[in-house]
Formats: sequence, structure tokens, C-alpha cells
Amino acid sequence: MPSLIDLNLEGRQVQRHRPWPRTVVDSAVWSFAARMLAERRWSLLSLWGEPSMVHMALFDSRTAEIGVVSLDCPDNLFPSIAANHPPALRLERSIADLFGLVADGAHDTRPWLDHGQWGVRAPLGDPVEMSSPAPPYRFLPVEGEGVHQAAVGPVHAGIIEPGHFRFSVSGETAVRLEQRLGYVHKGIEGLMAGADLARAAQLAGRVSGDSTVAYAYAFSRATEAALEPVVPARAVWLRALCAELERLANHLGDIGAICNDAAFALLLAHFGVLREGVLRAADTAFGHRLMRDVIVPGGVACDLNDAGKAAIRAALGAIRKQFPELVELYDNTASLQDRTVSTGILRPDLAAQYCAGGFVGRASGRAFDTRRTLAYAPYKDLRFEVPVLEQGDVNARVWIRIREVEQSLALIEQILDQLPRGEILAQLPQREGPCEGMALVEGFRGDVLVWLRLRDGRVERCHLRDPSWFQWPLLEAAIEGNIVADFPLCNKSFNCSYSGQDL
Amino acid sequence: MRKLLFESLFRLPLTEAAPALDDAEVQELATLVGTAARRSLGRSLSIREVDAGSCNGCELEIHALNNAYYDVERFGIRFVASPRHADVLLVTGPVTKNMREALLRTYEAVPGPKWVVALGDCAKDGGCFAGSYAVVGGVSEVIPVDLHIPGCPPPPLDILRGLLALLDRAAVGSVAS
Repeated sequence: MPSLIDLNLEGRQVQRHRPWPRTVVDSAVWSFAARMLAERRWSLLSLWGEPSMVHMALFDSRTAEIGVVSLDCPDNLFPSIAANHPPALRLERSIADLFGLVADGAHDTRPWLDHGQWGVRAPLGDPVEMSSPAPPYRFLPVEGEGVHQAAVGPVHAGIIEPGHFRFSVSGETAVRLEQRLGYVHKGIEGLMAGADLARAAQLAGRVSGDSTVAYAYAFSRATEAALEPVVPARAVWLRALCAELERLANHLGDIGAICNDAAFALLLAHFGVLREGVLRAADTAFGHRLMRDVIVPGGVACDLNDAGKAAIRAALGAIRKQFPELVELYDNTASLQDRTVSTGILRPDLAAQYCAGGFVGRASGRAFDTRRTLAYAPYKDLRFEVPVLEQGDVNARVWIRIREVEQSLALIEQILDQLPRGEILAQLPQREGPCEGMALVEGFRGDVLVWLRLRDGRVERCHLRDPSWFQWPLLEAAIEGNIVADFPLCNKSFNCSYSGQDL
Repeated sequence: MRKLLFESLFRLPLTEAAPALDDAEVQELATLVGTAARRSLGRSLSIREVDAGSCNGCELEIHALNNAYYDVERFGIRFVASPRHADVLLVTGPVTKNMREALLRTYEAVPGPKWVVALGDCAKDGGCFAGSYAVVGGVSEVIPVDLHIPGCPPPPLDILRGLLALLDRAAVGSVAS
């Protein structure tokens, strides 16, 4: 069986693409890669466009190799990946919306991010003014006796992001859920083009507010892959500290919120207190509760002092004391278990096919964590486990979070104990001509991918792929056969990002 | 569970004292909130939150208002599920073109008298997303805004301060009139 390395021999390798190779291939090799994806020998990490070019990041799980293949599309046409590998579908539809590049042979060519409101088509490709109003969106038909539809959103009842859910329901059971997203599309990849590094890093940190650290981290590492500065060791460790604090705060909030969606508000109240403790410690340590704009290309923007360290240790102490009791309560409350066990099951084969990251994948048997699989610094020097379960239900996604809270606590303690001294920010070297970099970082929700091309200190093209791209479609699968009343519970256990996928 | 409940009888509350109000903010509101408003609001505010394009950072901090430290309901402030039940629309984000109509319709569904609070830097003028083909700009481009609370995102205490200022004006007004 060919490996990704062999693929690189089939085309023209691009100079200055780091750390993994990028190869410009012809449509035959592109289609071959599509077949390898369909046969599940490789996995799709992302698919993105540029004016008259498409790129695809591939992952070979047997060898943990990553490669990027690129295809010129002078006729604005490329062979569809989604035709035989459905995880690519929404990415392809977005490429058509943003760049006007059409996936040849695709089964579904409806727009995805473009709701006909921009006044322009293909805003990042060859923009065309829109003369006529867009036709109404066609939802997939559902037929059968007694099937009715419930339309929810874009404005939801809670304090959450906007998106539209179309439920086809038979009695109480959901026959099909169809999502329609794109409501919070802000055109971030468009704003990135031409931005200097400071502004681009600021934008990256605002793709998804709950993952602001993960995005700034991934963007900075991609920039550093392209420019190759020497990032000070202390900064490398402080970044991991921020990332683990973010994971901890989000997981604590999520566990409480899932219990609340099963009408068990007591745990929301207690987990809310623990989460607030982490945010306050982060504020003391890094000057911002969500640690926004702390990680920057070249290092970190602010150092950790003794007061910050003490605040983090105090927050950890409170969690260490309270958390086990709360977990015990979760585990021993039959009415709660009744709601979460065997609800919203995601099958392991789907999780594997969609390359589902984070707790969604790991609760369905996919043992993938970029901190382990791709072992970037400082994680290769830290001890931690990657919890994996097979059940794939809401309960399993709660338990993965519980185990990851424990791992993050241990990681933060190790980082505080071993934190190197020294500088925190390196000067970025100037490079002539184009240079490209790519990075994957494990956010709380899963792997965040950033690919970019820099030219003379500015961003020429930057693609940011949220883990939610591959998790949202799986929620559609997991809800099938569940009662509509369990949807909030399933949805919260997935906790996909709207803003991250809408961009 | 019994143990947790029992302990909570003896533990001191985590809830913090109400923040002092910012004079400038109160002044700003004094001119904005009319007497009719003061009469109708009394001592309570029902808020409908609308994310019109935010990164979700503001929503996280709005959520925090409900935790034990801020306990926003003690002030008579509560978040409601329907715009029909709301006095105030709390809007976050640069308004995206894809959310413009939904925001407008939500606003129209709120019965009068009603107020709009724009939350976060993006909600003022689009923030760092201003100028994008997909963004309308600040909330005031679409619906009239009565109060703006800055920050990226504003910490819970700042949000609370802004909302309390709104209530404070309402209470003073109802006594005076």
C-alpha cells in the first residue's frame, strides 16, 4: 500500500512548506488520494481553496505522517472528494461559496456559508456582484406517514450561538436532523489576507472565543513553522500552561452544562464555581480571564509571576478537593444516568471516518490526540494519558471530559514544577519571498489546524480549520432515533463551535 | 448529594457584594432611559440575549453572570427564552450579514417599551471584523442601541455594572414619578 511519502514523488514538491511536505499534483493523483480517503486508508485533515487552487491535508494514521497535496484548477473545477468521502462535503461547499471553485461530481452543490446576503459571490476568488436574490435554501426531503418538521433557530432559546436545525420527527423520535450553519460567518479568512502578523494573530484568537488560546497557539506555531525563529523554552511551556487552563475551564463548564440539560442544576452550580476559579486564576496569572492575545508568534506576550503561580495552584487545590465528590454525585444519580447512558450514540466507524477529534472521537474509540500522536513541545516531556472509551454515548463524552480534567490538573502541576526560566518572546526573522507553515494544536474540543503562506511579513493566505467541521455532521448521525427532548443533551455533549466552523 | 447539601448550610456564600456603579455610565443611562421606562421596569429586567455574529467569548462571560459568584438573579435580572418576554435585548458580535434579518426580527418581536444593550467591542462598530464583506458592522447599524458595554469580552463584573445601572435608573425614576 502506498504511503503518503510515495505521493510526494508523484508531483512537484513545494519549497519552504514546513514542517510537512506539500506537493502540487495533477488531477489523476488528486483522484487517487480521493480514493485512498474513500477506502479509509488515509484521513482528511482539511480541504481549502485559494483563487484557482485547492489544497488538501492528509493523515496516514498507521505512520502518523501528514502531507498536503495541491491541485491547480484553471477551469475553476476540481474532482470532488466528497463524492466518495462525505466528511469533505461541507468544506467543498464552502470552497464553492468563497472561491467559486466547483467540485466536479459532487452530489450536493447547495451553498453552505453563503446565504445570499453578502451582495457578492465568490468574495475571495473572482468576486461577482450579485444581481438577483438567491433562491430559498432547499432542505433535504423527508417522506413518510405522520412525519412532521420542527424548525429551530437561528436564534435559540438559551445564551448560545446561532444556527438552524431542521428536525423531521415521527411521534417523539427524530427521523432526521439537518443543520444549516453559516449565520456567524464573519469572513475571517478574507480579513486575514494581507494582514500583518500582529493583526492576523488577533483575528486567529477570535475565531472561536472558547478556544482563543488554542487558535492563537496553532496560528503562532504555523507562523513559526514558516519563519523558523527560536522560540524560548519558557514561552513553549507557558503556552501549554494556557492551553491546559483553557481545557480545564471548558471541560468543567461543559460537564455542568450537560447535567443542567438533564435538569440536574445542582451540578451546574458546583461546576460553575470551579470554572470561575480557573478563569479568575487565569486573570491573575495572564491578565485576561480567557487568556486572549497571550500567545503570539515568537512566544508569549506576558510572563507568569509568583502571584500568578500561587493563584493557579490555589484554583487547582480547590478543584482537587471538590471534583471527586461531584464526579461521585454524577455517577451515583440514577435519574441523571438514565438520561445520559445510551443517549446520542456515535458509532466508532463514523468517528474514525470523519476523523472526529477531541472528546467526540475519543468517546467513540478514536485514540487520537495531537499532543500525543504528533507530540509537539513541551508535551513530549510531560506525562499524561489519553483516555478513550468505546460506548460513544452522552455518558462516555462526559467521562472523557472527567478523565481529561484529571489529566489537565496533573499536566498543569508538572508545568508549574518544571517551568524553565528565561526569555518569553523571540524576534521573528525576516524572510524573502513566500514561506508556508502548518500546525495542529489540541484544543479542548479537538485538533485545530492552521495553514498559512506568508510573504514579506504579511499573511497571503491563512486557513483555519475548527474540529467542529467534522463533528457537526456526526451530531446529525448521533441524534437519529433519539427523542427530540434529548437533543439539547446530545448537542451539549458534542458542544460544537458555530463561530469556529462559520469563520 | 445529601453531604453536599448539608455542607452548603454551613459554608459561607460565594456571592460577592454588588459592584459600585460607574458615575459616567449612570449619567449616560439617565439621559437614555425615559420615565415611561422607569415605570414599566420596576425592579426587574428580563433579558433576551442574541448572538448576532460573536466569537462566543461574550456568551461565556454572560453565562458566568449566573454562577454563584455573580448570581445575577438576586438583582431581579433574568435571562428569558423568548423575545416576547423581554424588556431588554442584549446583543453581541459584529452583526453579520447572515444574521441581520434574524436580529431585526427578534427586535421586532420584543414588546415595547424596549431597550437594546450592545455588548463587547465588536457590537460597537464591528471591532476587528469591521470592513469584511460578510459583516454589517455595529449593532446600531441595524437596530437602535441604548447602552454599550465595551470589552473583549467584558468581564462579568462590567456586564453586571452596566445592567445594574440600567435598573438603578429605572428604580429611581419610579419613585420620583
